[in-house]
Amino acid sequence: MLNIKDLHASIEDKRILNGLSLQVNAGEVHAIMGPNGSGKSTLSQVLAGREEFNVDSGEVEWMGQNLLEMAIEERARSGLFLAFQYPIEIPGVSNAYFLRAAVNAVRRHQGLPELDAMDFLKRVKEEMKAVGMKEEFLYRSVNEGFSGGEKKRNEVLQMTLLEPKLAILDETDSGLDIDALRVVADGVNRMRSPDRALIVITHYQRLLDYIVPDYVHVLSGGRIIRSGDFSLAQELEERGYGWVKELEAEQQKQGARA
Amino acid sequence: MSAVQTWLDDFAGRQQQLPGATLPWLHAMRKRAIDRFAAEGWPSQREEDWRHTSLAPLQQATFNTQVVSASAQQIADQVKALRGEENGHWLVFVDGRYEPSLGQLGSLPAGVRLGTLADALSHEADLVQEVFGNETDGSSVAALNLALTCDGAYLHLARGVALEESVNIVFVASGDQIAAFPRNLYVAESGAHGNVVEHYVGRDGNVSLTNTVSRMHVAADARLVHTRLQQEAHESFHLAAIDVEQDGKSYFASNSVSLGARIARHDIATRFDGERAENLLNGVYFADGQRHVDHHTLIGHAQPNCVSNELYRGILADRGRGVFRGRILVAPGADGTDAIQRNDSLLLSKLARSDSRPELEIYAEDVRCTHGATVGQLSDESLFYLMARGLDKTHARNVLVYAFVLEGLSRIEPEGVRRRASNAVRALMPGGSMLGELA
Repeated sequence: MLNIKDLHASIEDKRILNGLSLQVNAGEVHAIMGPNGSGKSTLSQVLAGREEFNVDSGEVEWMGQNLLEMAIEERARSGLFLAFQYPIEIPGVSNAYFLRAAVNAVRRHQGLPELDAMDFLKRVKEEMKAVGMKEEFLYRSVNEGFSGGEKKRNEVLQMTLLEPKLAILDETDSGLDIDALRVVADGVNRMRSPDRALIVITHYQRLLDYIVPDYVHVLSGGRIIRSGDFSLAQELEERGYGWVKELEAEQQKQGARA
Repeated sequence: MSAVQTWLDDFAGRQQQLPGATLPWLHAMRKRAIDRFAAEGWPSQREEDWRHTSLAPLQQATFNTQVVSASAQQIADQVKALRGEENGHWLVFVDGRYEPSLGQLGSLPAGVRLGTLADALSHEADLVQEVFGNETDGSSVAALNLALTCDGAYLHLARGVALEESVNIVFVASGDQIAAFPRNLYVAESGAHGNVVEHYVGRDGNVSLTNTVSRMHVAADARLVHTRLQQEAHESFHLAAIDVEQDGKSYFASNSVSLGARIARHDIATRFDGERAENLLNGVYFADGQRHVDHHTLIGHAQPNCVSNELYRGILADRGRGVFRGRILVAPGADGTDAIQRNDSLLLSKLARSDSRPELEIYAEDVRCTHGATVGQLSDESLFYLMARGLDKTHARNVLVYAFVLEGLSRIEPEGVRRRASNAVRALMPGGSMLGELA
């Protein structure tokens, strides 16, 4: 589904991704962990198409297409979803308008008829119930005045409405209390299916207790320095990110020798 | 050339035919007004009030006040399109002259007089004189209007009368190089309620001049809402003055939606003549190409415990330029004044420009006056967020631009007027008519 090969990316001449490779197949859940500044958020933003980042080299194949040549909205319409670490506030635009515009943009792309206001409301109210959002959030401006937890729930709501093929959750757990974390995790778990993949980006292991990944990758210095199964996340939790730094330094030494 | 002499000659030729020519007070006042214009000429940028707005392009254009009859059918179609399904009372002026066949006065409740200024001058000149104003009001532009005006709308709401439906007045600039000088007078006596909408439309490509003055008196406990939708041709010149006097406990709202004209200038002055009165001044404007839109407001807090609230929001694209100058004058003794002023501009290009200047002069105590001005651009982050949800770039931009002025549009009442204003703003954007309501 998604195949990233030797990806290098930078912002304002600062190199952030340094040869990152990752393959994600349908049905899989991947966790990407790493210390602050390791390039986790950059990876998600580059995949979603943020133009501030320069892709210097490497390839990203997405559903048989060259992802890097696709416009931001084409990526979204073709089923790639990014749950933002810091969801944007848009004063004046109601959440209802925003959600319906997003759903219909994807439906048009899929050749489906647009949802009218009534059908949309019925659908969105069901999903809001599932993620524990009150109906009033439909009529408030997008994310404006939402608490951290409410913003993250709103991201999960968008994901469930858009039914993406690949969802990237960028630190969706940050700033959540334990109850909100459960709600978010439940939302994500309901999305798990054999034809859908998930990439969960997180600093901490605690979200992975609820969303158990098939694969865990450790990102440091803009590359994946170690991959494994769920036990790697547990190891990381025990040994801390100092261990990751040592690993990275070791690998760089080896790289220099080779 | 629209030189000063052109207008002096025009006045000399027409003064005996102007409405009210037989009224000594008016005849004398018109003479004093044209004398003032002769002495001062068009305002220049050396004057503080006109520092940011040059009328040089206007002075290089040529105008006359002759009637060139454009296709009557075209005008009728234009008015029809404007009206849509709206009811209410409609008066139509073409190039400054009343066209009863294009309007529809409807049935008016007792105590409402709605018609033309020319008519009112011949039937109730004394009442007209009370609100007519004089040649010293405002700039030399307003004095020229006084000298040359041949008609306008006249609305008088008697004590306690509530006129439910909107009074719509349409000013069509139909001909090229035609100048019109409408003067509108609206009076709401004690406790009366009404709302008036002025539409200014033109024809693409025409260089016309509209020099318009609207004067209002809102008596004690009365309520008047005044909305203007300015959508004249992008080559035209639109100079507007709005003067309002408010008595105690009255409410007045001014909505200025200014989207057209090469140069659009609005001088909006309100004065509180009684205590506990309130007003809302609301503006939404747009300029692209090399167009220029200017709002000058003056709120005279002459009495204690009055409330004023100003919000002006502008969208400036290409080399478009927006000017806002907001004066708030709190007179000695006007304690308990509460005045809020805001001007926000959204620049859609690097060459667009906004000048914003608040001026607070406070000579009273226990006063709350706040002002703020912002200039911003579309947020890349917000655009990215919308596009990452599948909206294409045009749609995402339209959403953000429209959302920017929505706070201003949402203040417009009644709903039918708000809808027309919102539609007019959306129509400015590529594909904007498909945008729908964001709220």
